[in-house]
Amino acid sequence: MANRRIDEPTGTETVGHEWDGIEELNTPLPRWWLLTFYACIVFAIGYVVAYPAIPLLHGATPGLLGWSSRGDLAQELAHERHHREGVYAALARVPIERLPEDDARMRMAVAGGRAAFKVNCVQCHGAGAAGSEGFPNLNDDDWLWGGDLKTIEYTITHGVRVPGAAGTRMSQMPAFGRDGLLTDTQIGQLASHVLSLSGKEADDPAGAKLFADNCAVCHGPAGRGNRQLGAPNLTDAVWLYGRSRDEIVRQITEGRNGEMPAWAGRLDPVTIKMLAAYVHSLGGGEDFVEPAPASTTAPAAGAAANAAP
Amino acid sequence: MDKVVSRAGIWFGILLLALMGSAAAHDRPFAIHMLIVALAAGIGLIVTVKAPDYAALRRGLVRLPDEGRYDDDPIRWGVIATLFWGMAGFLAGLFIALQLAFPWLNVEPYLNFGRVRPLHTSAVIFAFGGNALIATSYYVVQRTCRARLAFPQLARFVFWGYQMFIVLAATGYLLGVTQSKEYAEPEWYTDWWLTVVWLAYLAVFVGTIVKRSEPHIYVANWFYLAFIVTVAMLHVVNNLDMPVSLLGSKSYPLFAGVQGALVQWWYGHNAVGFFLTAGFLAMMYYFVPKQAERPVYSYRLSIIHFWSLIFLYIWAGPHHLHYTALPDWAQTLGMVFSVMLWMPSWGGMINGLMTLNGAWDKVRTDPIIRMMVMALAFYGMSTFEGPMLSIKSVNSLSHYTDWTIGHVHSGALGWNGMITFASMYYLVPRLWGRERLYSLRMVNWHFWLATLGIVFYAASMWVAGITQGLMWREYGPDGYLVNSFAETVAAIHPMYVARAAGGLMYLSGAVIMVINVWATILGKQRAEAPLHAAAFNPEKDRPLVPAPAAAEA
Repeated sequence: MANRRIDEPTGTETVGHEWDGIEELNTPLPRWWLLTFYACIVFAIGYVVAYPAIPLLHGATPGLLGWSSRGDLAQELAHERHHREGVYAALARVPIERLPEDDARMRMAVAGGRAAFKVNCVQCHGAGAAGSEGFPNLNDDDWLWGGDLKTIEYTITHGVRVPGAAGTRMSQMPAFGRDGLLTDTQIGQLASHVLSLSGKEADDPAGAKLFADNCAVCHGPAGRGNRQLGAPNLTDAVWLYGRSRDEIVRQITEGRNGEMPAWAGRLDPVTIKMLAAYVHSLGGGEDFVEPAPASTTAPAAGAAANAAP
Repeated sequence: MDKVVSRAGIWFGILLLALMGSAAAHDRPFAIHMLIVALAAGIGLIVTVKAPDYAALRRGLVRLPDEGRYDDDPIRWGVIATLFWGMAGFLAGLFIALQLAFPWLNVEPYLNFGRVRPLHTSAVIFAFGGNALIATSYYVVQRTCRARLAFPQLARFVFWGYQMFIVLAATGYLLGVTQSKEYAEPEWYTDWWLTVVWLAYLAVFVGTIVKRSEPHIYVANWFYLAFIVTVAMLHVVNNLDMPVSLLGSKSYPLFAGVQGALVQWWYGHNAVGFFLTAGFLAMMYYFVPKQAERPVYSYRLSIIHFWSLIFLYIWAGPHHLHYTALPDWAQTLGMVFSVMLWMPSWGGMINGLMTLNGAWDKVRTDPIIRMMVMALAFYGMSTFEGPMLSIKSVNSLSHYTDWTIGHVHSGALGWNGMITFASMYYLVPRLWGRERLYSLRMVNWHFWLATLGIVFYAASMWVAGITQGLMWREYGPDGYLVNSFAETVAAIHPMYVARAAGGLMYLSGAVIMVINVWATILGKQRAEAPLHAAAFNPEKDRPLVPAPAAAEA
């Protein structure tokens, strides 16, 4: 081309084209660039030979290493299973109420429960299990349905108020205001009485009467709650839906009833056992009391414990 | 006169149709969108009727075409649109960065994170980046072909039609209209509209190349053409869907499940490859040699790296779907094509940086060159990081973490942002016929604020991403997970605050740019000391420490 010239600062020849004053030098490809490019291509070819790569009519070439992501996962799961087999077998054998008899076994259960809790439970109960409005704090010793190992295991297994599930924890607080069972004035009086139970307000005699008529059947005449029904103790400082007067009025008016999934269908029995051990270990775990022969369910034991806080 | 009447008739027809569409719409967002279309048609109608010089028309005179050598009106509008949407996009970005650090900033429902995030990405990529690409491509193709734009009316339609696309997309996000595909969120009618606009853009660009008076096609135009053609293909294929109703905003995609995911990331990755890489390389190939006043480093390298880039990029999408339901073989191909892409990507960086051979002193004296060099440095860094992240074992740590966000932003803020700023600084004095920019010192401020902002952004996201990746996979000695997800979120909160600080710096730099460009357009020149007055010995190429001021370097 006619317009080729040597570019002075670099000493390189131009290609001879020019666009709006822009010229191009005829510099050869940088050697390191070309060699690195070739090296990447060689790596790519090697990788394609070693790993599944070329799609064919039925599936793809498997690669010389025989690696597959499903196989990889299966191997890792098998390895983990093998690793934990002993622990799982031991935990599967022991009834949960006898877990604390062996310290090492209890520690293993708590460790597994902590991990499972992080995946399955923190969404509602919080990373530190401190709960939030409507979701119970699991660190304290104030239990809705009971706090010994067997009771916690039962609650996790069957859930709370799971629609249509057999054996689920069931109870329902009426929406006294919304359903017109009580007037706003009555609800105000009732709230005063509820607040008086923990000494936060002076008692209201009309409220006390209303409580005896409407609430005592579940919460007990003294308001100490009933674990068979998951009815909270109203005399302590722990509140599920807020401690202010407004929140109490709202709860009596609307009757919010929390739910928890039944984990039996989602987690294996050993994991549930470990979860129960972990929750029990958080600080408020109660000792298991062998139920009296007449009573068949664990919550009865909890209710008994509740009677004498 | 007939022309005015028939045009007004078309506008009026669109206005009526849009109003009817709005009245018959099945959902509120569609009704609002049709009202926006009607509004635009109304504005078009008023402009059509008011603009012509009727006295001249009566005398039988036709307005003479623009006398300039090149058709620069749409480019001037494009520069202003670039800056406007850039500000909107950066502001939205800062807002969502703050939302992530302080969730109470989520204002339901219109300004929650889920709606503002696509607003941010589309505003910066398609509105800011897209306008910059359209404007610079019009500028570059005319000058390197020595030809006026083909189809000048169509070129104007492309500009205004593209703004219409942006408005429909952006308002749609806030109204909750989305097809939930990343970077392809707009619904079917907005997609169809963009297809029309884009084909018009292709016609204008190819038409201009065809009527060129240069024997060869300059490398920048190869890249622009690759960008326009490929984006057309990607956009159409990824948006093949069936509207539920022609009067409603909802549609369902043709591809489902893992096929849909693969098509989406074939689109998504090549939006990066052809929109944010090829298109902006085209800008680089024109503005770097022009600003440096040096020849391009290597013609051969530009050929080889162009074709290898084009060929390899299109296969790399599956690396976005590592360790998913995508078959292993497709993941392998996505990874190896990404690894091979490393050198073709770097070819552009080498060609840009080495073009400064013989003009390296300008890095010290010219803040616009400095921006270009920084852009190329970030381009090189993120095109190394990309292939690295595509390697499966690296990806198993980085995927779904903020490392990806850091990677994207070192490319977007560093490469796309900086090269666009530099090109705008080059264009503005030339397009408005000003002797120089209002202030070169403000360019310098912009450079340092943007650079520092990127450093804050990228560094905090690297730390956050690697922290997340390590915490997610951390197992205790007993074989159980150590951290819950919420704990990993709490751990990176300080990094989120640092990221927002980086975004604020970047936005501040852009504000300085807007002031500078505004003043330049108004024809002002700031009285300021020259930028490169530092004592300097050109012979030894060393700064003089306590000596008297030497001559300009």
